[in-house]
Amino acid sequence: MEHIHFFHGDTQVLNNVTCRFSPGRFYAVLGPNGSGKTTLLDLMCGFRIPEKGRVLLGNDPVASLTRRRVAQTIALVSQSYEINFPFLVKEVVMMGRHPHIDRFSRPSHADLCAVQQAMEMTGITHLGNRYITELSGGEKQRCVFARALCQDTPVLLLDEAFSSMDIHHSFHLLGLVKKAVQEDKKTVIAVLHDINLAAGFSHEMVFLKNGQITAMGKTDAVLTQDTIQTVFNVRSKVEYNAYVQAIQAYFKPE
Amino acid sequence: MFSSIPAAIPRGKTGFLVVLFSLLLLGSILVSLSMGYMKIPIQDIPKIVLGKLVGGGHDQSSMRATYETVLVDIRLPRILTCAAVGAALAVSGVLFQGILLNPLADPYTLGVSAGAAFGASIAIVLNLSSTLVSIPGFAFAGACATLFFVLFLSYSPGSPGGGLSSSNLILSGIIVAAILSAGLSFLKFIADEQVSVIIFWLMGSFASKTWPQFLLVAGVLLVGLLVAVFYARDLNLVSMGDRSAASLGVDVKKVTLILLVTGSMLAAVCVSISGIIGFVGLLVPHMMRFLTGPDNRKLLPISMLTGAVLLLWADTITRAVLPHEIPIGVLTALIGGPVFCWIFKKSRM
Repeated sequence: MEHIHFFHGDTQVLNNVTCRFSPGRFYAVLGPNGSGKTTLLDLMCGFRIPEKGRVLLGNDPVASLTRRRVAQTIALVSQSYEINFPFLVKEVVMMGRHPHIDRFSRPSHADLCAVQQAMEMTGITHLGNRYITELSGGEKQRCVFARALCQDTPVLLLDEAFSSMDIHHSFHLLGLVKKAVQEDKKTVIAVLHDINLAAGFSHEMVFLKNGQITAMGKTDAVLTQDTIQTVFNVRSKVEYNAYVQAIQAYFKPE
Repeated sequence: MFSSIPAAIPRGKTGFLVVLFSLLLLGSILVSLSMGYMKIPIQDIPKIVLGKLVGGGHDQSSMRATYETVLVDIRLPRILTCAAVGAALAVSGVLFQGILLNPLADPYTLGVSAGAAFGASIAIVLNLSSTLVSIPGFAFAGACATLFFVLFLSYSPGSPGGGLSSSNLILSGIIVAAILSAGLSFLKFIADEQVSVIIFWLMGSFASKTWPQFLLVAGVLLVGLLVAVFYARDLNLVSMGDRSAASLGVDVKKVTLILLVTGSMLAAVCVSISGIIGFVGLLVPHMMRFLTGPDNRKLLPISMLTGAVLLLWADTITRAVLPHEIPIGVLTALIGGPVFCWIFKKSRM
C-alpha cells in the first residue's frame, strides 16, 4: 500500500484512465505510438497536471509534493537524452544523487558508494572519465540508467530505456531491475516496444490505445492474440515457450 | 574502493584558479591605472589611491594633486565599471548557455540588447539626452520590457517546463529582436542629425564613467552572482534537459525563470551603462569551459574573473594604447569574432 497511483484523466491524450501500481511488481506499459504512454509517466512524475482526476503517490497527491520529494521517490529514465555539455560520465551519474544532497554540501561517502555501485551494475565504470557527449546512444542510455539507479528510489519509471541498447545490456539491466523488484520490493513501470521482452520480465501488463486502457492485469492473463489484435492490429500467436520460460508472441506478416 | 572516483568537486584546482585570476585582475587594474595619456609610475598608484580614498592628503604638490584627480576621479571609476561589466556579462553568458542548453547562446539571445538599443534610441530621438539619467533609464526599461514580452511569448502553462524550453525562448527572442531592429532602423531614419549619437551609443563606451555607475553595476553583479551560485547545481541539471532535471528533483520552471531574469537583468544593466558590448558573454564562458568543464559551480567564478580581465584589457587598449579611442563594442567584436571562429573550427576537428 505504499505507492499507489490513481489516475483519472480526462484529456484527449488520456481518457478516463484509472490504474494502481503496487510495490514489488514489474509493470510493462505497451501500446502503439501516440497512445499516451509517455503522458502516463509524465502524470506520475507530476510533470503534467491532469485536467480532471488526481494522481496519488502513497496517500499524497503528487501535485502537493515538492519536486525534490518526488525525486526521492520516483526516478525516471527518459526517452530523450540529448546532452550538449561535455560533462564527465561520473559527473552525470552523480547527478542522480541530487535529491539526496543538500544545497552547498559535498557528496558524502554513501553518495560516492552509490555512484560507484550504479556504474558497476550498468557496466560503465570504464567510461567514468569520458565525456558524455562522446558516447554512443546505447552507452549514453546506460549512463542515464545508472543515474536513475543511484537515485535509489522505491519507484523506477523506464520510458523506452532500452531503445538504443544491445540485447546483452538490455537483458542484463532488465534482470537487474527485476531482481530489485523481487528483493527490495521496488515498483518498476516500463514503457516497452518489444512485446516479448516485456513478456519475459513483467509481472503485469498495461495496454494503452488512444488514451484508454484496453487491457490490464497479470501478464499471462492479458497477453493474448485478441489483445494484440485489438491494440496493435497485428495477427499473432501467443504461447508458452519452454526455452524462454515465459509466454511469447509470434507475429505473422499480413 | 574510491580510488577510481575522485571527489566530484576537486576544489583545490578551482580554488587555485580563482586566486590566480583574482591576482591577475588586481594586477591588470594596477597596470591599466598607470597607462594613459598621462603616465603614472605604477609603484606610486596604491599610495595615491589609498591616500585619496582614506582622506589623508598630506602631500599637496600640484603634480600629486593632478595624479590624484586623474586616478581617482577619471581612471578608477572607468576601469572598475569596465571590469564589473565584463564580469556581469560573463556571468550572464554562463546562465544563458546553461538554461538554453546551448554552449553558443549569449546574454543577448533573448533580445535584451535589441530592447535596450531601441529604448536608448527613443530617448535620443526625443532629445531627452540632456538629462543624464534618461538614456540608460530608457535602455534599461527597453531591455526589461523586451525580456518580459519574450517570456510571455514563450510561456505556456500546460507543458512540463512551463513552456520555457530552449527552442521556445530562442525563437521568441529572435522574433522580438527582429521586430525591434526594424524599429531601430526606423528611428535612425527619422533621427536626422541625431543618428550619429545613436550609432555611437550602440557601439558602446566606458568613457566618462562615474562612481555611481560603478556602484550600480557592482551591486547588480553581486546580487546576480549570489543568485547564480545559489542555483548553480540546479543549473547543471537544467543544462541536461527539462525532463531529466525535473525527474532529479529540480523545479525547472522556477529555476529557469529566476535565472533567466537574473541573467537578463545583469545584461540589461550592462547595456544601459555602457552600450552593446558583444562577444564577452559568448566567448568567455565558452573558453573557460575548456578549463573548468561544464560544472557551473566552477564555471561561474572563473568566467566572472576572466570576463573582467578581458574587457578591462580591451578597454585599456582602446583608451591608452591606440592613437585614437575606438568604440569598445567594435573592438570586442573585432577581437572576439576571429577568436570565436578559431575556437569553433578547432573544437569540431
